[in-house]
Amino acid sequence: MQALYAQLLVGLINGSFYALLSLGLAVIFGMLNIINFAHGAVYMMGAFAAYFLLNLGGINYWWALLLAPIIVGIFGMILERTMLQWLTGLDHLYGLLLTFGIALIVQGVFQNYFGSSGLPYAIPDQLKGGMNLGFMFLPVYRGWVVIFSLVVCIATWFLIEKTRLGAYLRAATENPTLVRAFGVNVPRMITLTYGLGVGLAALAGVLSAPINQVRPLMGADLIIVVFAVVVIGGMGSIMGSIITGFALGVIEGMTKYFYPEASNTVVFVLMVLVLLVKPTGLTGRAA
Amino acid sequence: MKTMSIASLLLTTALTFAVTGVASAQDKTVKIGALSDQSGLYADLGGPGSTLAAQMAIEDSGLAAKGWKIDLISGDHQNKPDIGTAIARQWFDVDKVDIIVDVPNSGVALAVNNVVKEKNGVYINSGAATSDLTNAQCSPNTVHWTYDTYMLAHTTGQALVKAGGDTWFFLTADYAFGAALERDTTAVIAANGGKVVGSVKHPLNTPDFSSFLLQAQASKAKIIGLANAGGDTTNTIKQAAEFGIVKGGQKLAALLLFLTDVKAIGLETAQGLNFTETFYWDMNDKTRAFSKRFAEKMKSNAPPTMVQAGVYAGVRHYFKALEALGGNPHDGAKVVEKMKSMPTEDDLFGKGEIQPNGRTIHNAYLFEVKKPSESKGPWDFYKLVGTVPGDQAFTPLSESKCALLKK
Repeated sequence: MQALYAQLLVGLINGSFYALLSLGLAVIFGMLNIINFAHGAVYMMGAFAAYFLLNLGGINYWWALLLAPIIVGIFGMILERTMLQWLTGLDHLYGLLLTFGIALIVQGVFQNYFGSSGLPYAIPDQLKGGMNLGFMFLPVYRGWVVIFSLVVCIATWFLIEKTRLGAYLRAATENPTLVRAFGVNVPRMITLTYGLGVGLAALAGVLSAPINQVRPLMGADLIIVVFAVVVIGGMGSIMGSIITGFALGVIEGMTKYFYPEASNTVVFVLMVLVLLVKPTGLTGRAA
Repeated sequence: MKTMSIASLLLTTALTFAVTGVASAQDKTVKIGALSDQSGLYADLGGPGSTLAAQMAIEDSGLAAKGWKIDLISGDHQNKPDIGTAIARQWFDVDKVDIIVDVPNSGVALAVNNVVKEKNGVYINSGAATSDLTNAQCSPNTVHWTYDTYMLAHTTGQALVKAGGDTWFFLTADYAFGAALERDTTAVIAANGGKVVGSVKHPLNTPDFSSFLLQAQASKAKIIGLANAGGDTTNTIKQAAEFGIVKGGQKLAALLLFLTDVKAIGLETAQGLNFTETFYWDMNDKTRAFSKRFAEKMKSNAPPTMVQAGVYAGVRHYFKALEALGGNPHDGAKVVEKMKSMPTEDDLFGKGEIQPNGRTIHNAYLFEVKKPSESKGPWDFYKLVGTVPGDQAFTPLSESKCALLKK
């Protein structure tokens, strides 16, 4: 029983990353209708940004949490302005292929310079160590990841679903012409939204840097699972992607305990099952 | 590369004219294929560095000046046996490759082993660990150079059991390599009076090990044996530190650890780890000289890992055999037989031999990772703790199940 609690908690930690990443994907898909395959690459760039900030600029983890998403977010906005915006109105496939290509190029460039085994990034001093919860030893940093990403997820949900800005955004997706008629600069809003989605991925990258290696392929390994999470949760659904992210982390954690060999396939099995029963995903509405 | 080929072609032609009538029938063209994981979790320990090592072996051999035309191509098997065998087949059938080198990932290595045997090529494996390559699945076309699971088990594994680590829990990569390493180490543990209390098999290329580490922690085993490699090992070690495993009194046995892994983990976390390698760049003047030349040509400026060193040494020895044969390098089994008949000696591994089952025998070294305060340079990581002579480190012929030995 003790082991079960521990696995639940560990699952939640992984779930935090799934939630943060699938949230960004959901925001981008919901607002821009782009299946952002470059998401794994920007996640990786977030981690590298943290690494460079620390090693070249002497800027610590806490500032990196703020700066890395902004830097990578700006990179995302440049991408949107120069390339993605021309895809408006075209089939999803074009956006998918373009972003996939961008991801391959970015990963290739990083791999060329940094190899594949990656660079170490130390846990910040304030979050070192751990506490004994009775049923497990919880590293402080992991606890921090869970709480911090929960807060970020809820804040994002609130921003999009409950504020005036979010209302504009949602309205602009439904009917951009009408929203423009009210004097809202829709293209700029879409650029900012893409920047936000990319920034969320970069934030997840900074969070994961001390846990995993800062590796060029860290995102590529994760992104497929995250897409499965988004599909299960329902494309474009903000709350759906947050809840599924955490839930799937837990389910995967359980699988690692009961039948570890299947731990990297269980998410996809679930995806197939969900698609068979409810093709729009758990919380998705029919288009 | 291209200009070099043309140059060597011209040279070859010129020399052929020069010696026409003396050795007219001797075919002196060779094509080498470096097959590796070029971009995944094993790319830094083999990958492009192994191709570079093969290239340097070609240049250092001086064979081009003696009328040989040597080409080198490389391929990415992506850690998938089906892709590895498809490339190998294409290389033999279409590209007329004579020899395949490197091939990390035991699953791919065993699959390619069969193809090379079928096509009668030469196979110098440096990257893969499984001892099956020279044991149950040995082949007259195969030389296994650098290390294997038997060696790892009988050096690092044995040393830890003898030092009191008598209960073990394995974290094992779920494919041929992990299974072989766990099997060979378990045999050593049992022979020395220890016990394996549990094991968990994780998928290859796992980013998060916390679930597995918690299971290992709960097992209360004194030693947590890592039967994995590359990125999997670095992730396990980093995360084990996070979960306070070593502080809790359990010891990690990194059964297979490479130079690039230590770099990736960082000395702060890796310090004190005991492990075994057969080559380290900072052993003596010769290894340092080679490593300096190598690092200058690497994009990352990394010195060679033992796998890359093994590719270099293996290819050099192959060339010695070709020179002794005088030409006609296309009968793989014949070339390998010649390689086995000659003692090995090179700057990187020193003196050794290739046993009839294809296993190269040379010294193995027990290392300990330095403390950050002891390290004097960006790649100054290891302290030599002990040397195990080759005949004690590798499978004795009496224990080998290789069919080549039953004559």
